[in-house]
Amino acid sequence: MKKIMTGNEAFAYGAYLAGIDVAAAYPGTPSTEILENLSKYPGVYTEWTTNEKVALDVGAGAAYAGGRALVTMKHVGMNVAADSLFYLSHTGMKGGLVIINADDPAMHSSQNEQDNRQYARFAKLPMLEPSDSEEAKKSVRTALEISESFDTPVIIRTTTRLSHSLSIVETEAEPAPKVKSEPAAYERNPTKYVMMPASARKRHPVMEERLIRLAEFAETSALNRIEPGDDEIGIIASGVVYQYAKEVFPNATYLKLGMVYPLPAGLIRELAGRVKQVVVIEELDPFIEEQVRILGIPARGKDIFPIVGEFNPGLIRRCARSAGLLPRPTGQAPAVTAPQLPARPPMLCPGCGHRAVFYALQRLNAAVFGDIGCYALGGTPPLNAMHAQGCMGASIGLVHGIDLVGVKDRTVGVIGDSTFFHSGLAPLINLRYNNGTSTVIVLDNRVPAMTGHQPNPSTGNTLMGVEAPVVKIDELARGAGLTKVDVVNPYDFKHVMDTIKDHIKSNEPSLIVAQYPCVLYKRERNQPMTVDVEKCNECGNCLRIGCSPITKIEGGVTINSGLCIGCGFCATICNQGAISLPAQEGVTA
Amino acid sequence: MKKKFDFLFAGVGGQGTILASNIVSEVGVRCGYDVKKSEVHGMSQRGGAVESHVRWAERVYSPLIEEGTADFLLGFEMLESARWPHYLAPGSLVLVNNHRVMPPSVNLGQEQYPTEKEIESILTAAGAEVLWVEGAAKADELGNQALAGVVLLGVLSTKLTEPAEVWEQAVADLVPAKFKELNIQAFRAGREMAEK
Repeated sequence: MKKIMTGNEAFAYGAYLAGIDVAAAYPGTPSTEILENLSKYPGVYTEWTTNEKVALDVGAGAAYAGGRALVTMKHVGMNVAADSLFYLSHTGMKGGLVIINADDPAMHSSQNEQDNRQYARFAKLPMLEPSDSEEAKKSVRTALEISESFDTPVIIRTTTRLSHSLSIVETEAEPAPKVKSEPAAYERNPTKYVMMPASARKRHPVMEERLIRLAEFAETSALNRIEPGDDEIGIIASGVVYQYAKEVFPNATYLKLGMVYPLPAGLIRELAGRVKQVVVIEELDPFIEEQVRILGIPARGKDIFPIVGEFNPGLIRRCARSAGLLPRPTGQAPAVTAPQLPARPPMLCPGCGHRAVFYALQRLNAAVFGDIGCYALGGTPPLNAMHAQGCMGASIGLVHGIDLVGVKDRTVGVIGDSTFFHSGLAPLINLRYNNGTSTVIVLDNRVPAMTGHQPNPSTGNTLMGVEAPVVKIDELARGAGLTKVDVVNPYDFKHVMDTIKDHIKSNEPSLIVAQYPCVLYKRERNQPMTVDVEKCNECGNCLRIGCSPITKIEGGVTINSGLCIGCGFCATICNQGAISLPAQEGVTA
Repeated sequence: MKKKFDFLFAGVGGQGTILASNIVSEVGVRCGYDVKKSEVHGMSQRGGAVESHVRWAERVYSPLIEEGTADFLLGFEMLESARWPHYLAPGSLVLVNNHRVMPPSVNLGQEQYPTEKEIESILTAAGAEVLWVEGAAKADELGNQALAGVVLLGVLSTKLTEPAEVWEQAVADLVPAKFKELNIQAFRAGREMAEK
């Protein structure tokens, strides 16, 4: 049967078919839906871990014990997990281990652009790259087979466009039910699993020899194929870029790569022998191109196509025309260009509890050092209350370093609850241990909201739907030795302002937990707010909180009743009493 | 089977743009086309612009439509309808839901929301025909703003030759079960509007 699926749904389906036993991940766009979908299939244990490194270690343990493991992450998650990736490349496992890594060319939802094919070469691991959902489905089984026969972790690379595009998948027969066998004893093999220098030195040559055998496998595997066409251009492409290229060069000869590391030198030479010139079309780094050139083949690539951003068929066509690979259009009307229209950037949702904290920080003119999550939107206009933001867990170390040098501004580090569990605890302990004086605010909305409300240690349940204890961030901080710790409700705005001022003034490391559940997750909705335009003096305070239902009109503002959820924060900060709280219900706290 | 149909969807997060594009994908699959669809989400729930591409053909390679080749644009919101003229093929059809969602810069009084005339001229300059659809008004009448997209699908279905029953079944199968009847009503309302 044919079924249309996203790349991520197909990965999950493929993992189910391939008999994955344990799957672990930290949510991150564009990888999140793989585990979300996999958790719905029977017979697979899935868990949201606190970060990507933990996920990879969980996957490693499961595979060491002989299970079949899957770990998924976004590209920057691989940076977090990289430490584990390298020991795993040395040890290999007993069972199969597949890592699905989702790159984000064009940074649709990421802080930096990076080409994680480099990790395959760096860690000396095989990497597959499917080009549609059907290939995504199949790739998990193929990766497991490679993993188990070559004793190596295997990375499958996807990109945002593959993960979030739908294409047709052939459904398959249900996998045979797993037979429970008596667990075998853990294989105690120190030279394989205990990576102290003496044994690690023995493992490195094993990795190198494995890579040579994998390159031989790449020559004959069905993953890589030559598609004969005309002899003008031979195109090397993989992933969704292969699909774009097929639109633009339907008649060219192709080397379609389903395995992007190690590369099949023989097939590349064969392609070069068939055509007048070899062109590598690849997003981001010249990863394949450089390796083709090392073979002595004068391939073209980044002299034609950009090294930054995401490709699409139109971009490939324009670049190919400029380079003379395609004829230039003649006598056509000039192309229509994109019009200049008001942009629609994402902003904090109506009723979001983070808004009050960022408005307070803006009013205090604090320099705010942030982190990754919905609250990064506190840095967008009109709040503009974030002044550096790099990666998960960076904020606390960053504000400590800034305070060590000293600036005349009031300084604050902000971090979300999920991000705190991900990588906030180590820098908080560091802050206390080294007698730092910084103020940290945890924007605790009880859930990772930006990726779509996956449960985390503050939610009270797990991905499998099992009840779990709620980890209290204020208690963790006290346990780490902080004595100045306060929990505030962001809607108690005066208290928020007073607490932040008090913490910034103090000379000890301090933590404020601003706690209010995500209103989208809670589906909270009260009566919408109303405006008495007679009382409004057009001071603009309510427009500065960046709440989308509030719209400027002649002589005042109006509040869109369809969008407003009645949190009442605008009424709190209106000096004229022109915005009224909804009758009876009031603000829920 | 016609060679290909490329559909572009444009709206604001929360308007049901993704659901509508899923329905069009499903209709394509059920009518025997190769189908691909692409969208970018992640930030869309936060009031950002949402765009989605659906492609039907005998064989589809790219999940993204190439500029200048889209056959249909479904605009769920007026301003968003005007954001993608460079994607439209000459002779394409644009269905615009008569509904405004103000972007932040307009809320703050820093920028002007374009007029209907400006929107129409951006689209016609790309060689497209523009059809204004009172989808929002009809959705209000049915009691739920989220139905406007399905009204647009009703109109769209009359511009194609795939049977109405296939469309209705896809709508029924893809919308949440408790809103099935309302969605079918919205779809039929769209068909009636187009046939008037």
